[in-house]
Amino acid sequence: MSESPVAVNDRLRDLHAMWRIRALEEKVRDLRLEELIVGSVHLSNGQESIAVAACSELRPQDALYATYRGHGWAVARGVPPRNILAELLARSTGVNGGRGGSAHFSAPEFGFHGENSIVGAGAPTAVGAALAARYDGSGRVAVSVFGDGAMNQGAVTEAMNFAAAFGLGVIFICENNRYSELTPINDMVANPDLSQRATALGIPAVRVDGNDLSQVRTAMSLSVASAAAGRGPSFIEAHTQRIVGHYIGDAEQYRPAGELDADMIVEPIARLARELETAGVGRHAIDRCEARARDEIERAASQALADPLVDPSTAKEHLYA
Amino acid sequence: MPEAVKLNVGGAVNAALARCLEEMPETILYGEDVGKPGGVFGISRGLQKRFGDRVFDTPISETAMLGAAVGAASFGRRPIVEIMWIDFSLVALDQIVNQAANVRYVSEGRTTAPLTIRTQQGNSPGACAQHSQNLEALLLHIPGIRVCMPRTGQDAYDLVLSAVACEDPTVVIENRTLYAGAKEEVTIGGEILPIGGHRRRRDGDHATVVTWGSITTRVLDAVDRLAADGLTADVLEMVWLNPFDHSAVLESVRRTGRLLVVHEAARTGGFGAEVVARVVESGTVLLAPPRRLGLNDSRIPSAPQLAAALIPQTEQIASELREVIGWTHAGDGS
Repeated sequence: MSESPVAVNDRLRDLHAMWRIRALEEKVRDLRLEELIVGSVHLSNGQESIAVAACSELRPQDALYATYRGHGWAVARGVPPRNILAELLARSTGVNGGRGGSAHFSAPEFGFHGENSIVGAGAPTAVGAALAARYDGSGRVAVSVFGDGAMNQGAVTEAMNFAAAFGLGVIFICENNRYSELTPINDMVANPDLSQRATALGIPAVRVDGNDLSQVRTAMSLSVASAAAGRGPSFIEAHTQRIVGHYIGDAEQYRPAGELDADMIVEPIARLARELETAGVGRHAIDRCEARARDEIERAASQALADPLVDPSTAKEHLYA
Repeated sequence: MPEAVKLNVGGAVNAALARCLEEMPETILYGEDVGKPGGVFGISRGLQKRFGDRVFDTPISETAMLGAAVGAASFGRRPIVEIMWIDFSLVALDQIVNQAANVRYVSEGRTTAPLTIRTQQGNSPGACAQHSQNLEALLLHIPGIRVCMPRTGQDAYDLVLSAVACEDPTVVIENRTLYAGAKEEVTIGGEILPIGGHRRRRDGDHATVVTWGSITTRVLDAVDRLAADGLTADVLEMVWLNPFDHSAVLESVRRTGRLLVVHEAARTGGFGAEVVARVVESGTVLLAPPRRLGLNDSRIPSAPQLAAALIPQTEQIASELREVIGWTHAGDGS
C-alpha cells in the first residue's frame, strides 16, 4: 500500500534534514583533513535521526543542551551552517566569534544552549534552565542530550534527581551509540538498560530505536507535553550508532569485524531512503534530498572560508561584564 | 534610606540576603538546609517564610546546585547558592571552573551567568582537615570568577549585595568563626557599591601589610603591638581578591619600601605570592625582601594545639613584621 502524498513529503523533509547534518559533518571532516579546521572534532554521522526528530517537537522557547558531538543538534535547532562552519574555521562570523570551536559552541538565539566538552556536565545546566521556568512563566522545556558514557558521570545522576525531586521540565536524552568514547558501554556497566537509572529516580523512561524517526518523535512529543504541563522530567534512551570514529583520526580498532557493515544498513539515512523507495517514491526525489543539502553546505563553506578570520586584538573581550 | 543597626556578621549577611530578595525579584536563594532550617549557621533564617518558593532546600548535590545556577542565571534568574563549606565546592569544581567561568567568554557574551556562591572557609578549633581549608587561591587562578572575602559586619553586608548585583559569577568567602561575634553598627539600605576595592585599616610608615579574611584581626593586633615601640605599618585588607587592587598595594609599598603579606591559606602557591610578584615586577625599590606568611604548607590537624602551630598566630605575625621592618642590607653599617 502506498503512503499518502503528505506522509511522503514529510518523510522526504526528514531525509533532507538528516542529509543537511551528514553533509555538514562530511564537509567538516574534509576541512579538518585539509587542516583548515584544527583541533579535536567529533562527528555525529549515523546519529542524525535523533536530533532531527527530537528538535521537530521543540518550540522556540525551549532550551537544548548538547555535547561536544553537537554539530547535528545545532543544525536541527536551526543554526545556520555557515555560522557553524565559520566558528570551526576561526572566522569572525562564527556563532561565538571563534571562542567555542567545534566542541564548545552555542547559539542561544536558536535555542541551542551549547555543546559541552566535559562529559555529562551539561545536564545540571539544563536543569537550571527548567528551574528558571518555574519562576518566569515561559513554559520553557529544557533538553539535556548526552551519550551512554555520560550515564557514568555523577553530574548526570545529580541532575536527574534534582529535576525529579522538584518536578522540573527537563527531558534527558541519552544517545546510546554503544561506545563511551572508545570503550563499549556494556563493559562499563552491570545493567545495560540505562533507562532503569532514570526509573529508579522516579523519572518516566523509555527506550527507543533511535534510527526510527517516528519512535523518537512519539517519545519526544509525550515528554515535551508532560514537561510543559508541569509534570516533570522524562528520560529517553535512544539506541543509535556512530558510523565514524569518536574523533577524526580515531583508528577504531575497538570495533568488532563486520559491525560497521551492519551499521551502514540500519543507519537512519540509508534506512529512510530504502523505506521511501519501498513505498514507491522515485529515486530522483530521494537523491534530490542529498543534492540539495550538499549544495547548501558547499555554499555555506565557501562563504565561511571567505569570511574574515577572527581579530586577535579581541582575544580578551567578553571575559567579564 | 540608609540606617544604622546593630548586627553581628551572620545577621549582616542575613540582612543583605533579605534586601536582595526584596529588591531584586529575579534572585533565588538555595542550598543544603538553607530553606526551612535557615542554614546550618542560621544565615538564611526567616527568609523562606518571607519570600516563599524563591528560597529552598536542595539535595546534597553541589554539582546539580551549581549547574542549575549556571542554567537559571542564563535565563534571567540571579541565583544565590550557599555552599556550606568551601571544602564541599571541590566536588562541584567543574561547574565553577569549566562551566560558570566559561559562559560569558566562550559564548562571546551571548550568555551570562550572574550567580553568587556564598560559602565559608578556614580553621576553627577542632575542625577536621576537610572543614578547615582556605582555598581562595584555587578560584583566583580562574579568570572569569570574581572573589571577595568580607570580615566585618559592614563588609559582609556590602559585599554580598555587590556580589549579587554583579553580572559575573562571584564567590563570597565568609568565615564561620565570625558569624556569631559581637554586634556592631552596620549601615544597611545604602547604595549598592560596584565590586572591587580594599579597606585601609591602619596607616603607618615603616611597612605595608597586605592581608585578607579573618586573620586580618590577628594582623591588626600584631601591628598594634609594634606601635607601642614606635613602629607603624599600613594595613590593607583586600576584601576583593578578584578584582584585586594591586595599585593600592603598589602605592603603599612605594612609600614604605617594605612588604609583608599574611593569609591563612597555605604559603606555597598562595595568592600572597602573586601580590609579592606584582610588587617586584613593578620595579618598586624595596628596602627589605618582601615576605609571605601563611599556613605552613601542611594538612590541617583537628587538635587545636597542632593547628595553632601551623597557622600564623598574632605573635608570629608581629615577629615577622619586626624582621621586615628591621631588615637592612648587608654593608649598610648595621
